[in-house]
Amino acid sequence: MSLKGKAAAIGIGELKPVKEPGDLTALGLMAQVAAEAIADAGLEKKDIDGFLVGVPFSDPGMIYPASAAEVLGLNVRMLNQVDIGGASPAGMIWRAAAAIDAGMCSAVLCIVADLNKVGDQRPPVISVQREFEAPYGNIGANCGYAMIAHRHMHEYGTTARQMAKVAVDQRTSALKNPLATFNDKALTIDDVLNSRMIVDPLHLYEIVSPVSGGAAIIVASPEVAKRAKNPPIWLLGAGEYANHSTITYAPSITESPIKPAAAAAFKMAGLQPKDMDIACPYDCYTITVIVTLEDAGFCKKGEGGPFVMEHDLTYAGDFPCNTHGGQLSFGQPGLAGGMSHVTEAIRQLMGRGGERQVKGAALGYVNGNGGIMSEQSSLVLERRS
Amino acid sequence: MSEYYKPLPKPSPTSRPFWEAARRHELTLQRCGACRAYIYYPRDRCPKCFSDKLAWERVSGRGKVYSFTVVRRASSRAFSDAPYVLAIVELAEGPRMTSNIMAAPEDVRVEMPVEVCFDDVTPDHTLVKFKPA
Ligand SMILES: [Zn+2]
Repeated sequence: MSLKGKAAAIGIGELKPVKEPGDLTALGLMAQVAAEAIADAGLEKKDIDGFLVGVPFSDPGMIYPASAAEVLGLNVRMLNQVDIGGASPAGMIWRAAAAIDAGMCSAVLCIVADLNKVGDQRPPVISVQREFEAPYGNIGANCGYAMIAHRHMHEYGTTARQMAKVAVDQRTSALKNPLATFNDKALTIDDVLNSRMIVDPLHLYEIVSPVSGGAAIIVASPEVAKRAKNPPIWLLGAGEYANHSTITYAPSITESPIKPAAAAAFKMAGLQPKDMDIACPYDCYTITVIVTLEDAGFCKKGEGGPFVMEHDLTYAGDFPCNTHGGQLSFGQPGLAGGMSHVTEAIRQLMGRGGERQVKGAALGYVNGNGGIMSEQSSLVLERRS
Repeated sequence: MSEYYKPLPKPSPTSRPFWEAARRHELTLQRCGACRAYIYYPRDRCPKCFSDKLAWERVSGRGKVYSFTVVRRASSRAFSDAPYVLAIVELAEGPRMTSNIMAAPEDVRVEMPVEVCFDDVTPDHTLVKFKPA
């Protein structure tokens, strides 16, 4: 059993995130990106017969998929919510392919949208986190990633400048992305290190900014893909893994579940990291990219810091990485932050990267990461010539 | 004493012995009768071997800082008294715990030895914290 070549991404819709949500609603944003993605694929709404949705933090609820599908006016043969945090969008792609391969449906709308309601961090919803984390102030994602970064520095000698380089190169690419939230000013390593320290050792510019927005992707069967407007971007490999929720209880805090997830994705694809033309690793923080490049096998464990210094990660560089700017420059519209890595890989492989197009990009690696390095979903995508 | 406004643990039937011991200023962990693993946080079955033969044991209270951060700006208003030191403490018996290090931020290091201390934050609630050993 394999999903290799069983389905393709054929259309995307993505909004430029906004800082102030105003009168927007999450369902309204979903309608916008759904319409955009369906039109981009060259399909009509009646062609959509599968629906995978992420539940917005700003409009939470159970039994969500049918409600959202009703608002969008969809009649579907398969519907579900994907609830693996920032890995949800990447996780949707292979779940859609699996449903298609099983004959359950032929064109799946994968969709996420959210509003950033400025205010206090929500208390943890999971009882064990309320009991054993919140009383000590382990609330939100910043703390966990800061502790990963500290331990990584201790074990491997990773430096603040190496981590900052990730934000700098991604910003250089963001300057060519009209959809990015932060695309008006280049950054230097010193700019990053001079930004306010939020959680040692992470500075403000190493941390994603919550914004409002949404994104959608159409995943289709080979038959539907034949009549698509865009070149189909085939799923060649997928892998998923989780071994903890709170980072304290992870087997290792510096070696992540990305390792087995990526290994499974590359194995299914029959390819290796060095075959990839572009990489889109989830980047909630700078350290996340360094750990992902190591665990996915782009460099050896512990060498992520030197790797990002030795390579130009921009769209014009020798290792194009998060050419949309990453979430660090694109912004994080809830789960749609994690979809930005998938839409960017699809866009680049379709040859629609505009001014930041990576020449000849045919193979791409995407990783989605949920929680504190918890849920991991890796994809290998291909444009066939 | 001003009113305590930070989140407090709400013990479950599974975890109640842990918090009751903390109020007596004792650090206790569950230990699996089958595979002998120490367990944190409290469970109904051993997360390693799934045995239900779990018993409470008082442990040394010694450990080291596996990693830490100085939270300078907290995500939650309840912790607006930042900075504070949040840490993952690796206990001598093996399990890791989320806790706070009661020391000046500049004095905390990865791998630093620590020992348990108890913070009676309200008359009914004691949090398990650590200080440099
Ligand atoms: Zn056991």
